[in-house]
Amino acid sequence: MERSAGGSRKTELKKRIAITKYWDHIFAIAGLLSSLVGLILLFTLFMDLFIDGFPRLSYKFFTSFPSRFPESAGILSSWVGTVLVIIVTALAAIPLGVAAGIYLEEYAGKNWFTDIIEINIANLAGVPSIIYGLLALGLFVYFLKLGQSILTGGLALSLLILPMVIMATREAIRAIPNSIREASYALGATKWQTIKWHILPYSTGGILTGIIIGLSRAIGETAPLITVGALTFIAFLPAPPLSLDFPFISFKWLLDPFTVMPIQLFNWVSRPQKGFHINAAAAGIVLMVMTLIMNGIAIYIRYKFRKRIKW
Amino acid sequence: MIRKVILGMVALMVMVMAASMPAMAADKIVKVDGSSTVYPITEAVAEEFQKAKKGAIKVTVGISGTGGGFKKFCRGETDISDASRPILKKEMEVCKEHGIEYIELPVAYDGLAVMVNPKNTWVKTMTVADLKKMWEPAAQGKITKWNQIRPEWPDVPLKLYGPGVDSGTYDYFTEAIVGKAKSSRGDFTSSEDDNVLVQGIAGDKNGLGFFGLAYYEENRDKLKLVPVINPTTGKEVLPSEQTVMDGTYQPLSRPIFIYVSKKSLDKPEVKEFVEFYLKNAAKLVKEVKYVPLPDKAYKLAEERFAKRKMGTLFGGEAEVGVKIEDLLKREEKK
Repeated sequence: MERSAGGSRKTELKKRIAITKYWDHIFAIAGLLSSLVGLILLFTLFMDLFIDGFPRLSYKFFTSFPSRFPESAGILSSWVGTVLVIIVTALAAIPLGVAAGIYLEEYAGKNWFTDIIEINIANLAGVPSIIYGLLALGLFVYFLKLGQSILTGGLALSLLILPMVIMATREAIRAIPNSIREASYALGATKWQTIKWHILPYSTGGILTGIIIGLSRAIGETAPLITVGALTFIAFLPAPPLSLDFPFISFKWLLDPFTVMPIQLFNWVSRPQKGFHINAAAAGIVLMVMTLIMNGIAIYIRYKFRKRIKW
Repeated sequence: MIRKVILGMVALMVMVMAASMPAMAADKIVKVDGSSTVYPITEAVAEEFQKAKKGAIKVTVGISGTGGGFKKFCRGETDISDASRPILKKEMEVCKEHGIEYIELPVAYDGLAVMVNPKNTWVKTMTVADLKKMWEPAAQGKITKWNQIRPEWPDVPLKLYGPGVDSGTYDYFTEAIVGKAKSSRGDFTSSEDDNVLVQGIAGDKNGLGFFGLAYYEENRDKLKLVPVINPTTGKEVLPSEQTVMDGTYQPLSRPIFIYVSKKSLDKPEVKEFVEFYLKNAAKLVKEVKYVPLPDKAYKLAEERFAKRKMGTLFGGEAEVGVKIEDLLKREEKK
C-alpha cells in the first residue's frame, strides 16, 4: 500500500517534470521560429530582388547614367550621390554626436538642464524623417542658402542620425567601469586626459557600431532628401574633388545638385515599362548589399575592439 | 609632429575651400522640375540634349508634381516647370509677386484611359454620365454595384481604382467627368504609383480604374480599354495615339506643358534647351509612349517662343499687359 502510494507520487512528479520540460521545448521552438521570421523575410525579399534584378547587374549598370531606355539606364549618378551624401553626413554627425555624448556622460551634472537635453534627444530619435527634411529645407536651403546640394542633403541626414550617434556614444561610455576612471584620476590625470587615453579608446567599438548603423539607416532615407530637393534625373557627376589645376583640391562638389539610390529606385518602380522594374530590382540589390556591408563592418569592428579590451 | 601635420592639413583645406568658392557659379545648368506625367518626356529631351552638347550643358529634372513645380518656379528656383495642367490663378499671383514671367509651351498630349479587367464581358462602352455616376462625391457608399450604373450590367460589386488625389491626372479626370477639379468619392483605392492600379485592376474581375495611356500600352495583356462616348459627336471612341491626336477622344485627352521662365532666357543654355525641346519633341514624345502634337502646333510653339510671348492661353486675364508686348516689338525691330 505504502509502496504503491510512493510509486504514484513518483510517477506524478515525473509527469510534472515531463510537462515542464515539454513547455521548455515549446518555448525554444517558438523562440526559434520568431527569430527565423526576420531571417526568412530578409531572405525572401533578397531572393525576390535577386531573381528579378541580378541579370541586370553588370559593369555597365554601375557606369551608366539614367536614361529613357531601361536597357541602357544605370545608377552611376545615384550611387556616387549616395556615397558623397553619406560622407558629408558622417563628417557632420560624428564629431557633433560623439562630443555631445561625451559631454552628457562625463561632464554634465545631474540637473534640470541635463534632463531637458536628455528628454529632447530621446524625442528627436523618434521624430519622423520628413520633419528633419522640412527643418533642413528651412535652415540650410532658405536661411543659409546652401542650395539643393550634396552639402544640404548630407547635413539633413546628419541631423537625422545625430540622436542615434549620441545615444550609441553614451551607451558605450556607460559600459566602461568606474574603476578605470578612478585609477586614471588617482595617477593625477585630468578629466580630458582620462577621456582621451581611456574612455575614448575603450568605447570606440561601441561608438563606431552606433555610427555605422546610423549611417546605414541614412543610406535608405528618401523623404528628407526629396524635401530638400534631391533630383530625379541627373546625367552628370558632381565636380571631382581633385583636379590638375591649382589648388588641386576642390570643394565645388559640395554645392552640386545630386540624386541618391532610393530616389532612383522609386522613380523606376513607378514607370510603366517592365525594363525599369528590373532596373529597380537591380538597384535594390545594390542598396541592400551596401547596407549589409556596412552592418558587417559594424559587427567586425565590435568584435575586434571587444577582443582588445581586457579588464 | 602628427598633430602639426593634421593642423597644417586643416589649414590647407580651409584655404583651398576659400580659393575654390568663386569658381562655383561657372557651371551651365538648366533646372527643370514639376509634373511626374511630363517627366518622361523632359527626361528623354534632357538625355538627348546632353549627348548633343557633349556634357557642356547640364540638365537636372526633378519630380515635385505640377503644383510643387510651380511653387519652386514662381520663387525663381527653377528655369523650366513641367506641368500636366495650365497654371492656376493662385500660382499666377505668386509668380507675379516674385516678378517671374513665363512662356507657356504645349509639348504633348496625354490620354486618360478608362480600364477594366479582361474578364469583364459586360462593359462595351461608357458615357461621361456613367463615369460621373460612379465617381461623383454623392456616389460614396451608395453606388457599390455595377447594375446601379446601368440595369443591364450584372449585380456584382463595383471596385474603383484611381491615381492619388494630389496628381494632376486626378485633377483633370474629376474636372472632365464630375465637372469640378478635386471632387470625387473618397472610397476608392488610390495610389500615387500607377503600377499599383494596374495590378489592382488586373487582379479584380469587377475593377475599374483610370490612368495615363502609357501605362495601358505596357500592360495590354492584363487590362481592357473601355471606349468612351464623345459627348459632342455621340460616337464611341477608344483612346489611341490617333484618337487623342485628332481630338476625337474627348473629354479625356489633355495637353501637357512646359513653362519657361523669362528670367532664365538670359542664360543661353536655357534658350538652347527649349529650342532643342520643341524641335525634337515630336520624335521623343512618341518614344516615351505619349501622343505628340500635330507638327503645326510645335511650329506655333516655336514661333511663340521665338517671339517671347509671355503668359498663359488659358487663364484669360493671364495675358501679360502691353508693356511686354511693346518690349517684344522693340526687340523684333533690332
